[in-house]
Amino acid sequence: MTASPGAGWRRADGPAAHDREKRRRRRGNGHGSGGGVGFRAAAADGAPVVQDVEFSSYYGRPVIKAPVWKTPDVPLYLFLGGAAGTSAILGAFSELTGRPVLARVSRLVSGGGSVLSVGWLIHDLGRPERFLNMLRVLKPTSPLSVGSWILAPFSAATGATAAVELLGWFPRLKQFGGAVAALFGAPMATYTAVLFANTAVPSWKEPGKQLPFVFAGSALAAGGGLTMVFAPVEEAAPSRAMAVAGAAVELAVMQKVEHDHGIVSEPYREDKAGKYLKAARTCTAAGAGLTLLAGRRRLGAVASGALLAAGSLLTRFGVYEAGMASAKDPKYTVVPQRERLVEQDGHARSVVR
Amino acid sequence: MTSVSSASPVFSGRDRQNRLFGPLPDVSGEAGYEADHPQRIGFFTDTSVCIGCKACEVACKEWNMLPMDDADGVRDAMGLSGMSYDNTGMLGANSWRHVAFVEQSRPVDLPMPQVGPPGAGRFGESQAPGHADGDLPADGTTPAYTGVLNAEALTEFDPQTGRSADREVRWLMSSDVCKHCTHAGCLDVCPTGALFRTEFGTVVVQGDICNGCGYCVPACPYGVIDKREGDGRVFKCTLCYDRTLDGLMPACATACPTQSIQFGNLDELQARADARLATLREQGVESARLYGRDENDGVGGAGAFFLLLDEPEVYGLPPDPVVPTRDLPSLWKSAGAAAAMIVGVIGTAVLGSRGRK
Ligand code: SF4
Ligand code: SF4
Ligand code: SF4
Repeated sequence: MTASPGAGWRRADGPAAHDREKRRRRRGNGHGSGGGVGFRAAAADGAPVVQDVEFSSYYGRPVIKAPVWKTPDVPLYLFLGGAAGTSAILGAFSELTGRPVLARVSRLVSGGGSVLSVGWLIHDLGRPERFLNMLRVLKPTSPLSVGSWILAPFSAATGATAAVELLGWFPRLKQFGGAVAALFGAPMATYTAVLFANTAVPSWKEPGKQLPFVFAGSALAAGGGLTMVFAPVEEAAPSRAMAVAGAAVELAVMQKVEHDHGIVSEPYREDKAGKYLKAARTCTAAGAGLTLLAGRRRLGAVASGALLAAGSLLTRFGVYEAGMASAKDPKYTVVPQRERLVEQDGHARSVVR
Repeated sequence: MTSVSSASPVFSGRDRQNRLFGPLPDVSGEAGYEADHPQRIGFFTDTSVCIGCKACEVACKEWNMLPMDDADGVRDAMGLSGMSYDNTGMLGANSWRHVAFVEQSRPVDLPMPQVGPPGAGRFGESQAPGHADGDLPADGTTPAYTGVLNAEALTEFDPQTGRSADREVRWLMSSDVCKHCTHAGCLDVCPTGALFRTEFGTVVVQGDICNGCGYCVPACPYGVIDKREGDGRVFKCTLCYDRTLDGLMPACATACPTQSIQFGNLDELQARADARLATLREQGVESARLYGRDENDGVGGAGAFFLLLDEPEVYGLPPDPVVPTRDLPSLWKSAGAAAAMIVGVIGTAVLGSRGRK
């Protein structure tokens, strides 16, 4: 494991190890204070975990700033945007293959979802009245800028299509709007993963290439689940298929995120995030299972669709909270960076003493 | 008018190398300024002479009219951090300079210098009763201290180190500030263009454009920029853009009584820092190192860099910061694959369920 900076210097007056341990327990989160003295990391259930982490920090304070985004705004935005994205595509495909009711349901879900998601996004801004400043520039280095240019046409198209669908006007416009929406649907569902991964937040950055697949699976499960709830079972076969496939992807890739990344996978298994993700796993797995067993019956379709949507929503909350937790504890910033330096230079220090 | 931002040179096609990370000899030029733009400016903060007076903090607050907050950034609250003389706590929306105070101690009966990996066998030995004679190693001639710091030299040359009984105590003080990175995470991700690169190569927020999306906050690998409570927008050091435009020195550097904060053209500062490091090393302060000076680091080198006496994380700085955008192309690639998967799954689902309905 990485060594803390040396020459015998230790932070003076730091709380004794057992105080820290107690405080850590009381705060109920991973590993509160580093403070230059090594201590044994313990899992939430008190069982010691593999690492014996020793690292230094400035009085245990965070190195990076945790996102100032709000919850539930951002997790809801992710969920709604994902569900809207996949159901827009479903709407377009089912129109082509002669499933008018499923197409209608998908358009309504997608229109409703995207309009609501825009609402949450604007609500999260510090200066909501300046929302349109998002469209001042198109900046390829900013996932949020690119995302705004995906969200704007997508929500306009899905919203208009849903409105036309409800009012029953201009059926041709409906098809055009549906096609535009379908075009932007998939990027809409995955760009948010890049938004998260392109930060200094350790537990988002590290699994950055897996998060798009988690979000894609989660969006498929949510879109499939929601359309299952509202569409008649005779037409909803595609919803069931995409929901089950999405749930499988979500569960499989999330498993990797939670275990493949050493220390930065930890926040996914602990505290609030751990609870959300455990519940998410249960809901998603139950929803997928129930879809296969009872998805062809009305009641079964409603129950399994709701479970899948709940699982997807909980996954978003879990991923969000895991990132927040990893940003607030200096351990997750310092230890991986130290290890990287060791790998590069073969020693932990930037100077030889 | 909507335009493709010049802050994204990698996509402008002018130069295909090193656009998202790595050294950039001319940051302002890359950002689109004409060749006659001023030279890049910055700070060299030499923490070995910092006395922790916080004049820089006060000068910055005064000049920029920053509101009061406590050590956790809570507005209009007065409170003690309870950890040291540092009640500023951190850099944030209302503190653009932050003086870190680290009080360290160690037993003076240090283990003899050893060969082997640094730090190995540090514990235990020093506590062994037989070694507690309270004296520094007598022979100053011991060549190549590889195991421990040359304590004698540091006591002699470092005014921040003192001794009481069998313990040595030292205070590390360091005035932290926005690094004005060569590849600035905050600038890269700002969707509104509120953050921009100035002609001096510094990074500044335009308050009249920022819509408080908050993306820049977690995108900074140093945890510098933050949202101001009750305002909704983000704030950080401007490297006194208003003053430098008029040829004045930044407020913090002007107030610093020890020249710990040195302001100037970046290349001159770098030369000065290299010389200072050499001097300190010569004097035996082997723990001295430059932080943010290396242009091959994760942010392409910093406009504001430091001379530190311990590892960066001891001061609350990340040991190996990397601009998040370095990995952006691979992230987009993966998102593209995931998007294709969505279309594939739904297409298969619809077509596959054709006859069955
Ligand atoms: S990324 Fe952070 S340190 Fe670098 S310029 Fe932006 S706020 Fe300053
Ligand atoms: S909060 Fe303001 S400065 Fe920061 S990224 Fe958003 S618009 Fe840009
Ligand atoms: S350069 Fe100006 S804004 Fe930046 S820390 Fe110094 S006084 Fe404050």
